[in-house]
Amino acid sequence: MNYLEFEKPLAEIEGKAEELRAMARANKQMDVEKEAAALDAKAATMLRDLYKNLSPWQKCLVARHPDRPHCKDYIDALFTEYTPLAGDRNFADDHAVMGGLARFNDKPVMVIGHEKGNDTKTRIERNFGMARPEGYRKAVRLMDMAHRFGLPVVTLVDTPGAYPGKGAEERGQSEAIARSTQKCLEIGVPLVSIVIGEGGSGGAVAFATANRIAMLEHSVYSVISPEGCASILWKDAEKMREAAEALRLTAQDLQKLGVIDRIVTEPLGGAQRDRKQSIAAVGKVIETMLAELSGMKPDALIKDRRKKFIDMGSKGLAA
Amino acid sequence: MNWITNYVRPTINSLFSRREVPENLWTKCPECGTMLFHRELKDNQNVCTSCDHHMAITPRERFAALFDGGIFTEVKVPKPVADPLHFRDQKKYPDRLKAAQKATGEHEAMLVAEGEIGRTPVVCAAQDFAFMGGSMSMYVGNAIIAAAEVALAKKRPLVLFSAAGGARMQEGILGLMQMPRTTVAVEMLREAKLPYIVVLTHPTTGGVTASYAMLGDVQIAEPNALIGFAGARVIEQTIREKLPEGFQRAEYLLDHGMLDRVTHRKEMRDELVTVLRMLMQLPPAVRGDLPAPAPEPVPEKKPEPPAAKPEATEKKAAPK
Ligand SMILES: [Zn+2]
Repeated sequence: MNYLEFEKPLAEIEGKAEELRAMARANKQMDVEKEAAALDAKAATMLRDLYKNLSPWQKCLVARHPDRPHCKDYIDALFTEYTPLAGDRNFADDHAVMGGLARFNDKPVMVIGHEKGNDTKTRIERNFGMARPEGYRKAVRLMDMAHRFGLPVVTLVDTPGAYPGKGAEERGQSEAIARSTQKCLEIGVPLVSIVIGEGGSGGAVAFATANRIAMLEHSVYSVISPEGCASILWKDAEKMREAAEALRLTAQDLQKLGVIDRIVTEPLGGAQRDRKQSIAAVGKVIETMLAELSGMKPDALIKDRRKKFIDMGSKGLAA
Repeated sequence: MNWITNYVRPTINSLFSRREVPENLWTKCPECGTMLFHRELKDNQNVCTSCDHHMAITPRERFAALFDGGIFTEVKVPKPVADPLHFRDQKKYPDRLKAAQKATGEHEAMLVAEGEIGRTPVVCAAQDFAFMGGSMSMYVGNAIIAAAEVALAKKRPLVLFSAAGGARMQEGILGLMQMPRTTVAVEMLREAKLPYIVVLTHPTTGGVTASYAMLGDVQIAEPNALIGFAGARVIEQTIREKLPEGFQRAEYLLDHGMLDRVTHRKEMRDELVTVLRMLMQLPPAVRGDLPAPAPEPVPEKKPEPPAAKPEATEKKAAPK
């Protein structure tokens, strides 16, 4: 279990309970259960209190938690016959973006998402979920295929942002993102998107220009990272807490602003505390969102998406 | 310490720091240092007469040089909700907006106009980098949508001059949402088969490049314009190496296949006319500076027609 900075007091209590139990296992004479149970109860209360009022900055930390289920975990658990399709047919296959054919509730779909990796090796392989132009171009190719074969598209968003690299710029990072957003708006099939962790600016928009958009309860979606915003507007990257507050990047604020349609409730203590439960909840929301769009004609789906974005933000926080 | 430092220097400093002399009449070229006389610079559309460096030009100045006879009609842009997030950093967002309005004399970071260039009817939009870094706000999104709607209604092409550091942070996620929003506008033009030409000017970066500024049918840039997604400093910190000379400049992008053309500001107007007229299936243009288009003939107010309609009498007369 990886604890976040603000979970330190919780870590202590949970650690103590674990220690007691370990001692009891070594020495059968000891009866620690009562004491350990009291610590458990204390930890549970603390966890509830901590997560009841997470600050926007704390939500950023939860959204980036290394133990959270990532794109691959959702695909493995929620889809069957997942058949990854690789490459942009132009330059390379970007491992930060995974995608391919799969079945969701037995129906064929195209699933695409950012994958961050879960240990040092896979994180490097996945480039920490930061896509290069090839990733967006692969997504464009897959969306196009989905369009031609009438397959709904499900996208899972979890990226710190597009990769700031020399080659990425030379090969047209901006154009690749723009084309991916454009493709999202052109396909005549249902497109649903779930922000499962970090929705990092343009790299997220490229996948999340969808008919329906959901966010996990503690995920974030922002124009810029709080650290980046703080260093520009406060001239001090340490002011990330203030920046996170001002940016209104939480799922709750995005729903108020009318940018997203649904919030997926996370298990107490965040998706990382009960991965199974969060994966099941995401499965449910995909099902609901796809059901809402089923039966809609290609033209109606395209119109629905365009209207959604044209109208977006017209009411500010009153939406 | 001598009397010069104590006495003379402050006097000289005060002389030079009282910007009144150079500010209005002379501009120093930031590239070659040549002092340029204001009228000369204006006649050259803010391009250095000595080294061809393209300095910033306001949307209004650009339109004045672009449209026939300098005549254009501003397109009204619907105003969005003000300060949607109630954003404040060290300053309140509305205060930053007011300061930008005062400094530029413009309402927001994008100006839209319609008129004729080389007798070719067009809609033009130009982003103002001097207005909060040209940043993409809901207003900027509205401006691009309004531009596309006028283009559609009048079956005209759209020419967009981009200049921006990205999405407006003070509008948070709604700033970011202008990426898909403006892309819808581009889609409207595409479907109507109306040309959409982007002229990328210095600097165009971030979410603006990653949306409408990279989706033109034809992509033209001004010489040496900085164009990219991520900032050079962030890239250098990430990859821990020095970036090559000319990285993210117009010519570098042209070499990497990301642009159609790099065109001098003085030649831009003719080039736009040439390209637009071919795409619109119009005959070749008449070259040179053209006067303002003749005002549309206003139908004269005729006196009320007599009770019996003239056509009716004519018809009656016909069989005879
Ligand atoms: Zn010069």
